[in-house]
Amino acid sequence: MSEKLYLYPIWLRVWHAINALVILILIATGISLQYSDANFELLKFDISVTFHNIAGYIMAINYLFFVIANFKTGNVRFYRIKLKGLIKKLIKQANYYAFGMFKGEKTPYPITKDRKFNPLQKVTYVFFMFVIVPFLIVSGLALLFPEFIIPRVAGFSGIQLTAMLHAATGFLISLFLVIHIYISTTGKPISANFKSIVNGYHE
Amino acid sequence: MFNKSFLSITLLITLCCVFNVMVASETAEKVPAKFEENKHCFQCHSQQFYTFDNPVSEKKERKAMNPNFVYNPQEFYKGVHRNFACTDCHAPEYESFPHNAELRLEPKYACIDCHGGDPEYEKYHFEAVEEDFNKSVHATRHSEDFTCWMCHDPHSYRPMTHGDHTITEIVTYHNNTCKRCHNNSYNFQLISDSLKPALESIHEFLPNFELHFASVRCIECHTSELDTLWVHHNILPKEEARRNCVECHSSNTVLLGSLYKYQNLEVRKSRGFVNSAILNEAYLIGANRNEYVNLLSFIIFGLTLAGIAFHIILRILKK
Repeated sequence: MSEKLYLYPIWLRVWHAINALVILILIATGISLQYSDANFELLKFDISVTFHNIAGYIMAINYLFFVIANFKTGNVRFYRIKLKGLIKKLIKQANYYAFGMFKGEKTPYPITKDRKFNPLQKVTYVFFMFVIVPFLIVSGLALLFPEFIIPRVAGFSGIQLTAMLHAATGFLISLFLVIHIYISTTGKPISANFKSIVNGYHE
Repeated sequence: MFNKSFLSITLLITLCCVFNVMVASETAEKVPAKFEENKHCFQCHSQQFYTFDNPVSEKKERKAMNPNFVYNPQEFYKGVHRNFACTDCHAPEYESFPHNAELRLEPKYACIDCHGGDPEYEKYHFEAVEEDFNKSVHATRHSEDFTCWMCHDPHSYRPMTHGDHTITEIVTYHNNTCKRCHNNSYNFQLISDSLKPALESIHEFLPNFELHFASVRCIECHTSELDTLWVHHNILPKEEARRNCVECHSSNTVLLGSLYKYQNLEVRKSRGFVNSAILNEAYLIGANRNEYVNLLSFIIFGLTLAGIAFHIILRILKK
């Protein structure tokens, strides 16, 4: 029996649960809006708009809570990236996922109380949580208040550009979600990581 | 040396003269035909107050003009009847003041009285417009007093969709036509005993009501889909108005057959965008997806799922 590490405090688990729920709503309603059709409606358009807007507001407030709590509790230290040797570390971790784990090798960067994420996770999380998600929230809020969007940008409609970038970042988040859920199954047993994010303990 | 300079100066002066003549003739053309003649009427009918010499009291008197008879000359000369004299449509007796009270009872012309059967105006389909209007709630729920003029003021009317106007300008102009009564209690009650409902509350089902009103015309939802006219005139009862969002917000958006049919064909080049004509001035959720981006996103998503599936298979095999 390995040592139990309390890695996911209650505030983080609550944030994660809310975020997971609203992201699912946002992806479903977002796809429904983007591909709305008179002959085939995934979800009713007006219902999709209402749910997308409400879920968007919740996500924005939840994200603000995430940033504040990270700095307040010091959890932000898990996201600090050391650039020295980063590429080598990323290749090592990628090699593990691509080949090593099939040969029965041990993970090169096991979870400890000071290292919650492996290098590949860390770079991905930083990119998504501090670049993609804020962009998604800002562009979403802009579309809720289109009067603040610059009308023309380089000959294009400002709303069109904002909407396209919003949809593109939403698409990246949906890719992240699929990979994130799959990578979570690489724990031992398969359900280990899912249990951790519910009870807070990593075994 | 002298000859060259002299020639250059002469050429320059000649060019300036030719240019001036061209500009002058163009300006002359722009002066409306009955501009001077109409000055006499606009002297009072463009003002809120007017003065006149009272022959009885032998005094100069200042009176308030009936606001319904105040017209903006600038708007009149931008309008479709800009080359008309006031007395082309109104009795010549109006030229004398005080006007004879009975003159107010004179019947007014309807569009069809002048334009009906005229081959010159065939492209405007006045007969079809009248037929279409006669089916609309404006005709069926009101008396014959509801004429073309209720919406189209002949003193300022401009055929926006036949000119070089942007979609935004067309939307603003056409919606102001509706709002003149439907967003103005005084005008609304000129023909109705009921109280004018607030536009905001009856359209509260629309997300971002103001953006919708600025981007599409009222007639997009309030006229019949079967209407084939250039501008739809069959205003439907409110129960029959379009309320299904996806009729506009979809790849086969109805807006291409209504508002966006005024776009020049040249701007419809797609560059991969579905309904690209709309993109020139607006963005419509659900109607402006890009086919190339769609394909790329399907490929990326498919490759991700394939990669995961491959990984799962390897994990099972190497277990």
